[in-house]
Amino acid sequence: MPFIPHTEAEVSRMLAAIGANSIEDLFDEIPENLKVKSFDNIPARRSEMEVSRLMHERAETDGQPLCFIGAGAYEHHIPAAVWQIATRGEFYSAYTPYQAEASQGTLQLIYEYQTMMCSLTGMDVSNASLYDGATGLAEAVLMAARANRKVKEHRVLMPASVHPYYRACAKAICDAQGFEFISIEFDDSTGTTLLDSLKAYEGQAISSLVIPQPNFFGQLEAVDQLTDWAHAQGALVIGVVNPVALALLKAPGQWGTQGADIVCGDGQPLGAPLSSGGPYYGFMCCKQQHVRQMPGRIVGRTVDLEGKVGYTLTLQAREQHIRRAKATSNICTNQGLVVTASTIHMSLLGAEGLRRVASACWHNTRKLVDALCTIDGVDAVFTGAGFHEAVIRLPKPAAEVIDALSKRDILAGLDLHAHYPTLGNALLVCVTETKSDADITRYVDELKAALGA
Amino acid sequence: MSQIPAELKYTKSHEWIRVEADGSLTIGITDHAQEALGDLVFVETPEAGQSFGTGDAAAVVESVKAASDVYAPVAGDVIGGNDVLADAPETLNDDPYGEGWIFKLQPADAGELDGLMSADGYADFLKSEQ
Repeated sequence: MPFIPHTEAEVSRMLAAIGANSIEDLFDEIPENLKVKSFDNIPARRSEMEVSRLMHERAETDGQPLCFIGAGAYEHHIPAAVWQIATRGEFYSAYTPYQAEASQGTLQLIYEYQTMMCSLTGMDVSNASLYDGATGLAEAVLMAARANRKVKEHRVLMPASVHPYYRACAKAICDAQGFEFISIEFDDSTGTTLLDSLKAYEGQAISSLVIPQPNFFGQLEAVDQLTDWAHAQGALVIGVVNPVALALLKAPGQWGTQGADIVCGDGQPLGAPLSSGGPYYGFMCCKQQHVRQMPGRIVGRTVDLEGKVGYTLTLQAREQHIRRAKATSNICTNQGLVVTASTIHMSLLGAEGLRRVASACWHNTRKLVDALCTIDGVDAVFTGAGFHEAVIRLPKPAAEVIDALSKRDILAGLDLHAHYPTLGNALLVCVTETKSDADITRYVDELKAALGA
Repeated sequence: MSQIPAELKYTKSHEWIRVEADGSLTIGITDHAQEALGDLVFVETPEAGQSFGTGDAAAVVESVKAASDVYAPVAGDVIGGNDVLADAPETLNDDPYGEGWIFKLQPADAGELDGLMSADGYADFLKSEQ
Protein backbone atom coordinates (compact mmCIF):
# COMPACT_ATOMS: atom_id res chain seq x y z
CA MET A 1 0.00 0.00 0.00
CA PRO A 2 1.52 3.33 -1.00
CA PHE A 3 1.59 5.83 1.83
CA ILE A 4 0.04 8.83 0.12
CA PRO A 5 -1.96 10.84 2.61
CA HIS A 6 -4.06 12.78 0.08
CA THR A 7 -7.38 11.52 -1.29
CA GLU A 8 -8.24 11.98 -4.96
CA ALA A 9 -10.75 14.64 -4.01
CA GLU A 10 -8.04 16.58 -2.15
CA VAL A 11 -5.64 16.29 -5.05
CA SER A 12 -8.32 17.62 -7.42
CA ARG A 13 -9.00 20.57 -5.11
CA MET A 14 -5.29 21.42 -4.92
CA LEU A 15 -4.90 21.18 -8.69
CA ALA A 16 -7.96 23.39 -9.21
CA ALA A 17 -6.55 25.96 -6.79
CA ILE A 18 -3.38 26.38 -8.86
CA GLY A 19 -5.16 26.05 -12.22
CA ALA A 20 -3.70 22.72 -13.31
CA ASN A 21 -5.70 19.87 -14.79
CA SER A 22 -3.52 16.99 -13.72
CA ILE A 23 -0.34 16.24 -11.83
CA GLU A 24 1.31 15.58 -15.21
CA ASP A 25 0.67 19.26 -16.05
CA LEU A 26 3.13 20.22 -13.33
CA PHE A 27 5.94 18.64 -15.36
CA ASP A 28 5.00 20.42 -18.58
CA GLU A 29 8.25 22.31 -18.79
CA ILE A 30 10.30 19.15 -19.10
CA PRO A 31 10.74 18.42 -22.84
CA GLU A 32 8.99 15.24 -23.97
CA ASN A 33 12.21 13.66 -25.23
CA LEU A 34 13.72 13.85 -21.77
CA LYS A 35 10.91 11.98 -20.08
CA VAL A 36 11.29 8.28 -19.43
CA LYS A 37 8.23 6.64 -20.91
CA SER A 38 8.85 3.07 -20.01
CA PHE A 39 10.98 1.11 -17.61
CA ASP A 40 11.76 -1.69 -20.05
CA ASN A 41 15.50 -1.36 -19.42
CA ILE A 42 15.06 -2.26 -15.80
CA PRO A 43 14.90 -6.03 -15.47
CA ALA A 44 12.13 -7.84 -13.68
CA ARG A 45 12.44 -8.48 -9.96
CA ARG A 46 15.14 -10.79 -8.72
CA SER A 47 15.69 -12.38 -5.36
CA GLU A 48 18.25 -11.06 -2.89
CA MET A 49 20.41 -14.11 -3.55
CA GLU A 50 20.39 -13.48 -7.30
CA VAL A 51 21.13 -9.78 -6.93
CA SER A 52 23.94 -10.46 -4.49
CA ARG A 53 25.52 -12.95 -6.88
CA LEU A 54 25.18 -10.57 -9.83
CA MET A 55 26.80 -7.72 -7.90
CA HIS A 56 29.69 -9.90 -6.75
CA GLU A 57 30.29 -10.99 -10.32
CA ARG A 58 30.33 -7.40 -11.48
CA ALA A 59 32.61 -6.35 -8.64
CA GLU A 60 35.05 -9.06 -9.63
CA THR A 61 35.40 -7.55 -13.10
CA ASP A 62 37.05 -4.57 -11.38
CA GLY A 63 39.92 -6.81 -10.40
CA GLN A 64 42.42 -5.58 -7.83
CA PRO A 65 44.31 -2.92 -9.76
CA LEU A 66 47.15 -0.91 -8.26
CA CYS A 67 45.67 2.57 -7.95
CA PHE A 68 47.80 5.63 -8.65
CA ILE A 69 44.84 7.97 -9.15
CA GLY A 70 44.21 10.67 -6.58
CA ALA A 71 42.53 13.82 -7.88
CA GLY A 72 40.34 14.35 -4.86
CA ALA A 73 39.83 10.81 -3.52
CA TYR A 74 42.73 8.98 -1.95
CA GLU A 75 43.46 5.35 -1.13
CA HIS A 76 44.74 5.11 2.41
CA HIS A 77 45.09 2.20 4.77
CA ILE A 78 42.09 2.08 7.10
CA PRO A 79 42.70 0.11 10.30
CA ALA A 80 40.26 -2.80 10.55
CA ALA A 81 39.01 -1.48 13.88
CA VAL A 82 37.60 1.67 12.24
CA TRP A 83 34.58 0.21 10.50
CA GLN A 84 34.25 -2.58 13.06
CA ILE A 85 33.56 0.08 15.69
CA ALA A 86 31.69 2.47 13.40
CA THR A 87 29.14 -0.18 12.48
CA ARG A 88 28.30 -1.07 16.09
CA GLY A 89 24.59 -0.60 16.74
CA GLU A 90 25.19 2.38 19.01
CA PHE A 91 26.86 4.32 16.19
CA TYR A 92 25.19 2.89 13.13
CA SER A 93 23.02 5.75 11.99
CA ALA A 94 23.47 8.19 9.12
CA TYR A 95 21.77 10.96 11.02
CA THR A 96 22.50 13.46 13.71
CA PRO A 97 19.56 13.82 16.08
CA TYR A 98 17.39 16.92 15.69
CA GLN A 99 16.46 16.90 19.34
CA ALA A 100 19.15 19.04 20.91
CA GLU A 101 20.01 16.73 23.80
CA ALA A 102 19.07 13.21 22.68
CA SER A 103 21.73 10.58 21.87
CA GLN A 104 24.48 11.86 24.13
CA GLY A 105 26.93 9.29 22.72
CA THR A 106 26.46 10.47 19.15
CA LEU A 107 26.71 14.08 20.25
CA GLN A 108 29.91 13.43 22.19
CA LEU A 109 31.41 11.70 19.17
CA ILE A 110 30.61 14.67 16.94
CA TYR A 111 32.04 17.00 19.56
CA GLU A 112 35.27 14.97 19.56
CA TYR A 113 35.28 15.07 15.74
CA GLN A 114 34.89 18.86 15.77
CA THR A 115 37.72 19.15 18.28
CA MET A 116 40.01 17.03 16.07
CA MET A 117 39.19 19.07 12.98
CA CYS A 118 39.87 22.31 14.85
CA SER A 119 43.29 21.03 15.95
CA LEU A 120 44.09 19.86 12.45
CA THR A 121 43.08 23.12 10.76
CA GLY A 122 44.06 25.50 13.55
CA MET A 123 40.60 27.06 13.42
CA ASP A 124 38.24 27.99 16.27
CA VAL A 125 35.09 26.13 15.24
CA SER A 126 34.14 23.09 13.20
CA ASN A 127 30.66 22.02 12.15
CA ALA A 128 29.45 18.43 12.31
CA SER A 129 30.31 17.96 8.59
CA LEU A 130 28.68 18.62 5.25
CA TYR A 131 27.84 16.52 2.21
CA ASP A 132 31.25 16.42 0.48
CA GLY A 133 34.28 18.53 -0.33
CA ALA A 134 32.88 20.15 -3.47
CA THR A 135 29.58 21.22 -1.91
CA GLY A 136 31.61 22.25 1.14
CA LEU A 137 33.45 24.77 -1.04
CA ALA A 138 30.14 26.05 -2.47
CA GLU A 139 28.85 26.49 1.10
CA ALA A 140 32.08 28.26 2.06
CA VAL A 141 31.68 30.70 -0.84
CA LEU A 142 28.10 31.48 0.20
CA MET A 143 29.15 31.76 3.83
CA ALA A 144 31.99 34.14 3.02
CA ALA A 145 29.57 36.42 1.18
CA ARG A 146 27.30 36.54 4.24
CA ALA A 147 30.19 37.04 6.64
CA ASN A 148 31.98 39.69 4.59
CA ARG A 149 29.46 42.42 5.14
CA LYS A 150 31.75 45.19 3.98
CA VAL A 151 31.72 43.83 0.44
CA LYS A 152 28.35 43.74 -1.28
CA GLU A 153 29.59 42.36 -4.59
CA HIS A 154 29.52 38.59 -4.69
CA ARG A 155 32.82 38.31 -6.55
CA VAL A 156 35.00 35.32 -5.82
CA LEU A 157 38.59 34.82 -6.94
CA MET A 158 38.91 31.17 -7.87
CA PRO A 159 42.34 29.86 -8.89
CA ALA A 160 42.36 27.45 -11.84
CA SER A 161 44.50 25.23 -9.61
CA VAL A 162 41.39 24.34 -7.56
CA HIS A 163 39.88 20.92 -8.38
CA PRO A 164 37.85 21.37 -11.61
CA TYR A 165 34.84 19.54 -10.13
CA TYR A 166 34.91 21.73 -7.04
CA ARG A 167 34.92 24.82 -9.24
CA ALA A 168 32.05 23.46 -11.32
CA CYS A 169 30.06 22.54 -8.22
CA ALA A 170 30.57 25.93 -6.55
CA LYS A 171 29.49 27.65 -9.75
CA ALA A 172 26.41 25.45 -10.15
CA ILE A 173 25.26 26.12 -6.59
CA CYS A 174 26.13 29.83 -6.40
CA ASP A 175 25.45 30.99 -9.98
CA ALA A 176 21.75 31.62 -9.58
CA GLN A 177 22.46 33.70 -6.47
CA GLY A 178 24.37 36.26 -8.50
CA PHE A 179 27.90 35.11 -7.78
CA GLU A 180 30.70 35.99 -10.16
CA PHE A 181 33.66 33.62 -10.22
CA ILE A 182 36.88 35.08 -11.55
CA SER A 183 39.33 32.42 -12.67
CA ILE A 184 42.95 33.04 -11.67
CA GLU A 185 45.54 31.36 -13.89
CA PHE A 186 48.41 29.39 -12.40
CA ASP A 187 52.07 29.89 -13.15
CA ASP A 188 53.38 27.62 -15.92
CA SER A 189 56.51 26.60 -14.07
CA THR A 190 55.25 26.12 -10.49
CA GLY A 191 51.61 25.24 -11.15
CA THR A 192 50.64 27.62 -8.35
CA THR A 193 48.86 30.95 -8.04
CA LEU A 194 51.25 33.90 -8.17
CA LEU A 195 50.61 37.23 -6.47
CA ASP A 196 51.27 38.85 -9.85
CA SER A 197 48.17 37.25 -11.32
CA LEU A 198 46.09 38.81 -8.53
CA LYS A 199 47.45 42.33 -9.01
CA ALA A 200 44.71 43.17 -11.52
CA TYR A 201 42.13 42.85 -8.73
CA GLU A 202 43.94 45.02 -6.21
CA GLY A 203 41.63 47.59 -4.63
CA GLN A 204 38.53 45.95 -6.09
CA ALA A 205 35.55 44.70 -4.13
CA ILE A 206 36.19 40.98 -3.65
CA SER A 207 34.10 38.81 -1.39
CA SER A 208 36.57 35.96 -1.02
CA LEU A 209 39.71 34.31 -2.36
CA VAL A 210 39.84 30.52 -2.54
CA ILE A 211 43.23 28.96 -1.75
CA PRO A 212 43.76 25.24 -2.41
CA GLN A 213 46.46 23.52 -0.32
CA PRO A 214 47.82 21.36 -1.78
CA ASN A 215 46.25 22.40 -5.08
CA PHE A 216 44.77 20.07 -7.69
CA PHE A 217 48.23 19.39 -9.15
CA GLY A 218 49.59 18.45 -5.75
CA GLN A 219 51.63 21.66 -5.64
CA LEU A 220 51.90 23.83 -2.53
CA GLU A 221 50.53 27.35 -2.86
CA ALA A 222 52.19 30.38 -1.22
CA VAL A 223 49.42 30.45 1.37
CA ASP A 224 50.90 33.16 3.60
CA GLN A 225 51.34 35.68 0.80
CA LEU A 226 47.95 34.91 -0.74
CA THR A 227 46.17 35.16 2.61
CA ASP A 228 47.74 38.49 3.49
CA TRP A 229 47.02 39.85 0.01
CA ALA A 230 43.34 38.87 0.27
CA HIS A 231 42.94 40.39 3.72
CA ALA A 232 44.57 43.62 2.53
CA GLN A 233 41.85 43.82 -0.14
CA GLY A 234 39.07 43.24 2.41
CA ALA A 235 38.39 39.73 1.05
CA LEU A 236 37.89 36.67 3.20
CA VAL A 237 40.14 33.64 2.71
CA ILE A 238 38.68 30.20 2.04
CA GLY A 239 41.18 27.34 2.33
CA VAL A 240 40.39 24.11 0.48
CA VAL A 241 42.67 21.56 2.07
CA ASN A 242 43.57 17.90 2.19
CA PRO A 243 43.23 16.93 5.87
CA VAL A 244 46.05 14.35 5.69
CA ALA A 245 48.43 16.95 4.26
CA LEU A 246 47.66 19.17 7.26
CA ALA A 247 49.53 16.70 9.45
CA LEU A 248 52.71 18.14 7.88
CA LEU A 249 51.74 21.56 6.56
CA LYS A 250 51.10 24.82 8.37
CA ALA A 251 47.53 24.86 9.71
CA PRO A 252 45.24 27.27 7.79
CA GLY A 253 44.53 29.08 11.06
CA GLN A 254 48.17 30.23 10.90
CA TRP A 255 48.26 31.28 7.24
CA GLY A 256 49.63 34.80 6.89
CA THR A 257 49.25 37.25 9.73
CA GLN A 258 45.56 36.59 10.42
CA GLY A 259 44.94 33.04 9.23
CA ALA A 260 42.28 31.74 6.85
CA ASP A 261 38.67 32.66 7.63
CA ILE A 262 36.98 29.47 6.46
CA VAL A 263 38.54 26.07 5.80
CA CYS A 264 36.81 23.26 3.96
CA GLY A 265 37.64 20.06 2.14
CA ASP A 266 36.76 16.42 1.72
CA GLY A 267 37.11 14.15 4.73
CA GLN A 268 37.40 10.96 2.67
CA PRO A 269 41.17 10.52 3.24
CA LEU A 270 40.42 10.15 6.95
CA GLY A 271 38.94 6.66 7.11
CA ALA A 272 36.53 6.40 4.19
CA PRO A 273 37.27 3.86 1.42
CA LEU A 274 37.33 5.02 -2.22
CA SER A 275 34.09 3.09 -2.73
CA SER A 276 33.45 4.27 -6.32
CA GLY A 277 33.14 7.88 -5.25
CA GLY A 278 31.15 7.92 -2.05
CA PRO A 279 29.70 8.37 0.43
CA TYR A 280 32.36 10.80 1.62
CA TYR A 281 31.89 13.87 3.77
CA GLY A 282 32.80 17.53 3.64
CA PHE A 283 34.35 19.31 6.57
CA MET A 284 34.18 22.97 7.39
CA CYS A 285 35.89 25.05 10.05
CA CYS A 286 35.96 28.79 10.62
CA LYS A 287 37.04 31.60 12.90
CA GLN A 288 34.83 32.20 15.91
CA GLN A 289 33.72 35.59 14.55
CA HIS A 290 32.02 33.91 11.57
CA VAL A 291 30.32 31.08 13.44
CA ARG A 292 26.79 32.41 13.04
CA GLN A 293 27.15 32.36 9.28
CA MET A 294 28.40 28.78 9.28
CA PRO A 295 26.05 26.24 7.69
CA GLY A 296 25.30 22.88 9.26
CA ARG A 297 25.07 21.50 12.73
CA ILE A 298 27.37 22.30 15.61
CA VAL A 299 27.62 20.30 18.82
CA GLY A 300 28.63 22.12 21.99
CA ARG A 301 29.70 20.94 25.41
CA THR A 302 27.90 22.23 28.46
CA VAL A 303 26.86 21.21 31.97
CA ASP A 304 23.44 20.16 33.17
CA LEU A 305 21.60 21.40 36.27
CA GLU A 306 23.68 19.10 38.45
CA GLY A 307 26.92 20.36 36.93
CA LYS A 308 27.56 17.18 34.94
CA VAL A 309 29.11 17.45 31.48
CA GLY A 310 26.67 17.03 28.62
CA TYR A 311 26.60 17.64 24.88
CA THR A 312 24.01 19.54 22.90
CA LEU A 313 23.26 20.86 19.44
CA THR A 314 23.98 24.54 19.59
CA LEU A 315 23.30 27.64 17.50
CA GLN A 316 20.36 25.80 15.97
CA ALA A 317 18.47 29.03 15.35
CA ARG A 318 20.57 29.40 12.15
CA GLU A 319 19.32 26.12 10.81
CA GLN A 320 16.67 25.14 8.32
CA HIS A 321 14.15 23.59 10.71
CA ILE A 322 13.95 26.86 12.65
CA ARG A 323 14.98 29.59 10.23
CA ARG A 324 13.28 28.04 7.19
CA ALA A 325 14.11 29.84 3.93
CA LYS A 326 16.52 32.16 5.74
CA ALA A 327 18.66 29.35 7.13
CA THR A 328 22.42 29.52 6.57
CA SER A 329 22.08 26.51 4.29
CA ASN A 330 19.59 24.08 2.88
CA ILE A 331 21.99 21.29 3.60
CA CYS A 332 20.65 20.60 7.06
CA THR A 333 22.09 17.24 7.95
CA ASN A 334 25.59 15.84 8.02
CA GLN A 335 27.35 12.65 6.96
CA GLY A 336 27.04 11.15 10.43
CA LEU A 337 28.25 7.62 9.77
CA VAL A 338 31.31 8.54 7.69
CA VAL A 339 32.20 11.15 10.29
CA THR A 340 31.94 8.46 12.95
CA ALA A 341 34.42 6.30 11.04
CA SER A 342 36.66 9.32 10.51
CA THR A 343 36.70 10.18 14.19
CA ILE A 344 37.64 6.63 15.10
CA HIS A 345 40.28 6.63 12.34
CA MET A 346 41.87 9.83 13.64
CA SER A 347 41.79 8.64 17.23
CA LEU A 348 43.47 5.35 16.29
CA LEU A 349 46.18 7.05 14.24
CA GLY A 350 46.71 9.95 16.60
CA ALA A 351 48.67 13.04 15.61
CA GLU A 352 51.90 11.06 15.23
CA GLY A 353 50.27 8.32 13.14
CA LEU A 354 48.72 10.87 10.81
CA ARG A 355 52.10 12.59 10.40
CA ARG A 356 53.69 9.26 9.51
CA VAL A 357 50.97 8.56 6.92
CA ALA A 358 51.46 12.00 5.36
CA SER A 359 55.22 11.63 5.40
CA ALA A 360 55.09 8.17 3.76
CA CYS A 361 52.79 9.57 1.04
CA TRP A 362 55.23 12.39 0.35
CA HIS A 363 58.27 10.10 0.20
CA ASN A 364 56.54 7.56 -2.03
CA THR A 365 55.42 10.25 -4.45
CA ARG A 366 58.97 11.62 -4.70
CA LYS A 367 60.26 8.08 -5.37
CA LEU A 368 57.80 7.55 -8.20
CA VAL A 369 58.32 10.97 -9.78
CA ASP A 370 62.11 10.68 -9.61
CA ALA A 371 62.01 7.22 -11.19
CA LEU A 372 59.58 8.30 -13.92
CA CYS A 373 61.69 11.30 -14.82
CA THR A 374 64.61 9.02 -15.68
CA ILE A 375 62.52 7.66 -18.59
CA ASP A 376 63.27 9.33 -21.91
CA GLY A 377 60.62 11.89 -22.82
CA VAL A 378 58.99 11.85 -19.37
CA ASP A 379 59.35 14.79 -17.01
CA ALA A 380 57.66 16.62 -14.17
CA VAL A 381 55.52 19.47 -15.48
CA PHE A 382 55.97 21.68 -12.42
CA THR A 383 58.81 22.53 -10.07
CA GLY A 384 58.52 23.42 -6.42
CA ALA A 385 57.16 21.74 -3.32
CA GLY A 386 54.23 19.37 -3.45
CA PHE A 387 52.42 16.77 -1.38
CA HIS A 388 51.36 13.34 -2.64
CA GLU A 389 50.45 14.15 -6.23
CA ALA A 390 52.38 15.38 -9.24
CA VAL A 391 51.80 16.19 -12.89
CA ILE A 392 53.91 14.14 -15.30
CA ARG A 393 54.37 15.01 -18.97
CA LEU A 394 54.40 12.01 -21.33
CA PRO A 395 55.72 11.65 -24.88
CA LYS A 396 52.29 10.47 -26.04
CA PRO A 397 48.67 11.15 -25.06
CA ALA A 398 47.95 10.22 -21.45
CA ALA A 399 44.77 8.36 -22.44
CA GLU A 400 46.80 5.83 -24.45
CA VAL A 401 49.19 5.23 -21.58
CA ILE A 402 46.36 4.89 -19.07
CA ASP A 403 44.68 2.38 -21.35
CA ALA A 404 47.85 0.33 -21.78
CA LEU A 405 48.58 0.22 -18.06
CA SER A 406 45.00 -0.62 -17.12
CA LYS A 407 45.44 -3.81 -19.15
CA ARG A 408 48.34 -4.57 -16.81
CA ASP A 409 46.14 -3.93 -13.72
CA ILE A 410 47.55 -0.51 -12.98
CA LEU A 411 45.45 2.64 -12.75
CA ALA A 412 48.13 5.02 -13.97
CA GLY A 413 46.58 8.34 -13.00
CA LEU A 414 44.19 11.00 -14.25
CA ASP A 415 44.43 12.32 -17.82
CA LEU A 416 44.45 16.12 -17.45
CA HIS A 417 43.74 16.80 -21.10
CA ALA A 418 40.02 17.53 -20.75
CA HIS A 419 40.51 19.97 -17.87
CA TYR A 420 43.86 21.53 -18.76
CA PRO A 421 44.48 21.15 -22.52
CA THR A 422 47.40 23.62 -22.44
CA LEU A 423 49.45 21.23 -20.28
CA GLY A 424 49.90 18.84 -23.21
CA ASN A 425 50.14 15.10 -22.55
CA ALA A 426 49.79 15.54 -18.82
CA LEU A 427 49.07 12.82 -16.30
CA LEU A 428 48.21 13.48 -12.64
CA VAL A 429 49.65 10.71 -10.45
CA CYS A 430 49.26 10.07 -6.75
CA VAL A 431 51.13 7.74 -4.42
CA THR A 432 49.91 7.16 -0.89
CA GLU A 433 51.41 5.12 1.95
CA THR A 434 49.60 2.05 0.56
CA LYS A 435 52.19 1.57 -2.22
CA SER A 436 55.35 -0.44 -1.63
CA ASP A 437 58.70 0.06 -3.37
CA ALA A 438 57.86 -3.00 -5.46
CA ASP A 439 54.55 -1.40 -6.54
CA ILE A 440 56.37 1.75 -7.57
CA THR A 441 58.96 -0.24 -9.52
CA ARG A 442 56.20 -2.19 -11.24
CA TYR A 443 54.48 1.06 -12.29
CA VAL A 444 57.74 2.45 -13.68
CA ASP A 445 58.51 -0.76 -15.59
CA GLU A 446 55.03 -0.99 -17.06
CA LEU A 447 55.13 2.65 -18.10
CA LYS A 448 58.47 2.09 -19.83
CA ALA A 449 56.97 -0.87 -21.65
CA ALA A 450 53.90 1.15 -22.67
CA LEU A 451 56.10 3.91 -24.05
CA GLY A 452 58.41 1.44 -25.76
CA ALA A 453 61.25 3.04 -23.83
CA MET B 1 1.28 44.11 30.16
CA SER B 2 4.32 45.23 28.19
CA GLN B 3 5.47 48.82 28.03
CA ILE B 4 4.58 51.00 25.06
CA PRO B 5 6.15 54.48 25.44
CA ALA B 6 3.81 57.18 24.14
CA GLU B 7 6.51 59.24 22.34
CA LEU B 8 7.55 56.46 19.93
CA LYS B 9 6.16 55.19 16.64
CA TYR B 10 5.54 51.51 15.92
CA THR B 11 5.17 48.90 13.18
CA LYS B 12 3.08 45.75 12.91
CA SER B 13 6.32 43.74 12.87
CA HIS B 14 7.06 45.07 16.39
CA GLU B 15 9.77 47.64 15.70
CA TRP B 16 9.72 50.96 17.56
CA ILE B 17 11.00 54.17 15.98
CA ARG B 18 12.21 57.31 17.74
CA VAL B 19 12.50 60.43 15.60
CA GLU B 20 15.58 62.32 16.81
CA ALA B 21 15.97 66.12 16.76
CA ASP B 22 18.13 65.95 13.62
CA GLY B 23 15.52 63.93 11.73
CA SER B 24 17.39 60.63 12.03
CA LEU B 25 15.61 57.55 13.37
CA THR B 26 16.58 55.22 16.18
CA ILE B 27 15.05 51.77 15.78
CA GLY B 28 14.62 48.81 18.10
CA ILE B 29 12.13 46.09 18.89
CA THR B 30 9.33 46.50 21.38
CA ASP B 31 9.08 45.21 24.91
CA HIS B 32 6.37 42.86 23.69
CA ALA B 33 8.71 41.49 20.97
CA GLN B 34 11.66 40.90 23.32
CA GLU B 35 9.35 39.17 25.77
CA ALA B 36 7.99 36.89 23.05
CA LEU B 37 11.49 36.00 21.82
CA GLY B 38 12.88 35.24 25.26
CA ASP B 39 16.56 35.52 26.21
CA LEU B 40 18.47 36.94 23.28
CA VAL B 41 21.83 35.34 22.52
CA PHE B 42 22.82 37.28 19.43
CA VAL B 43 21.91 40.45 17.58
CA GLU B 44 23.22 41.07 14.08
CA THR B 45 23.13 44.80 13.42
CA PRO B 46 23.48 46.47 10.01
CA GLU B 47 26.63 48.34 9.02
CA ALA B 48 26.79 52.10 8.49
CA GLY B 49 26.21 52.95 4.84
CA GLN B 50 23.83 50.09 4.05
CA SER B 51 20.63 51.18 2.29
CA PHE B 52 17.27 49.61 2.89
CA GLY B 53 13.86 49.86 1.25
CA THR B 54 10.73 49.91 3.40
CA GLY B 55 10.24 46.49 4.96
CA ASP B 56 13.69 45.15 4.06
CA ALA B 57 15.29 42.82 6.59
CA ALA B 58 17.87 45.02 8.33
CA ALA B 59 18.93 43.10 11.45
CA VAL B 60 18.55 39.68 13.02
CA VAL B 61 17.67 38.97 16.64
CA GLU B 62 18.38 35.46 17.79
CA SER B 63 17.13 33.87 20.96
CA VAL B 64 17.72 30.34 22.16
CA LYS B 65 14.59 29.22 20.33
CA ALA B 66 14.26 31.42 17.26
CA ALA B 67 15.96 33.85 14.96
CA SER B 68 13.85 36.72 13.62
CA ASP B 69 14.43 39.54 11.21
CA VAL B 70 14.10 43.16 12.21
CA TYR B 71 12.74 45.21 9.33
CA ALA B 72 13.50 48.74 8.19
CA PRO B 73 10.26 50.59 9.02
CA VAL B 74 10.92 53.15 6.28
CA ALA B 75 13.44 53.40 3.44
CA GLY B 76 16.79 54.96 4.24
CA ASP B 77 20.54 54.67 4.84
CA VAL B 78 22.00 53.14 7.97
CA ILE B 79 23.91 55.58 10.18
CA GLY B 80 25.17 52.84 12.47
CA GLY B 81 24.33 49.77 14.53
CA ASN B 82 24.42 49.39 18.31
CA ASP B 83 27.82 47.83 18.99
CA VAL B 84 26.91 47.16 22.63
CA LEU B 85 24.65 44.31 21.48
CA ALA B 86 27.52 42.36 19.93
CA ASP B 87 28.92 41.40 23.33
CA ALA B 88 25.86 41.98 25.48
CA PRO B 89 22.72 40.97 23.54
CA GLU B 90 20.84 40.71 26.85
CA THR B 91 20.88 44.53 26.94
CA LEU B 92 18.00 44.32 24.50
CA ASN B 93 15.95 42.22 26.94
CA ASP B 94 16.81 44.50 29.85
CA ASP B 95 16.21 47.87 28.20
CA PRO B 96 14.46 47.46 24.82
CA TYR B 97 13.62 51.17 24.44
CA GLY B 98 16.91 52.55 25.76
CA GLU B 99 20.36 50.94 25.69
CA GLY B 100 18.92 48.07 23.66
CA TRP B 101 18.29 50.08 20.48
CA ILE B 102 19.39 48.19 17.32
CA PHE B 103 20.25 50.68 14.58
CA LYS B 104 19.99 54.27 13.44
CA LEU B 105 18.61 55.19 10.05
CA GLN B 106 18.56 58.36 7.95
CA PRO B 107 15.11 58.20 6.30
CA ALA B 108 14.97 58.81 2.55
CA ASP B 109 11.55 60.45 2.86
CA ALA B 110 10.37 61.78 6.24
CA GLY B 111 6.81 61.68 4.90
CA GLU B 112 6.91 57.91 5.16
CA LEU B 113 6.82 58.24 8.95
CA ASP B 114 3.15 59.19 8.78
CA GLY B 115 2.36 55.60 7.84
CA LEU B 116 3.64 54.27 11.20
CA MET B 117 1.48 53.50 14.21
CA SER B 118 1.18 55.62 17.36
CA ALA B 119 1.53 54.06 20.80
CA ASP B 120 -2.27 53.79 21.07
CA GLY B 121 -2.45 52.24 17.62
CA TYR B 122 0.18 49.66 18.55
CA ALA B 123 -1.58 48.85 21.84
CA ASP B 124 -4.83 48.22 19.90
CA PHE B 125 -2.91 46.14 17.35
CA LEU B 126 -1.44 43.95 20.11
CA LYS B 127 -4.93 43.42 21.58
CA SER B 128 -6.31 42.47 18.16
CA GLU B 129 -3.46 39.94 17.71
CA GLN B 130 -4.23 38.11 20.94
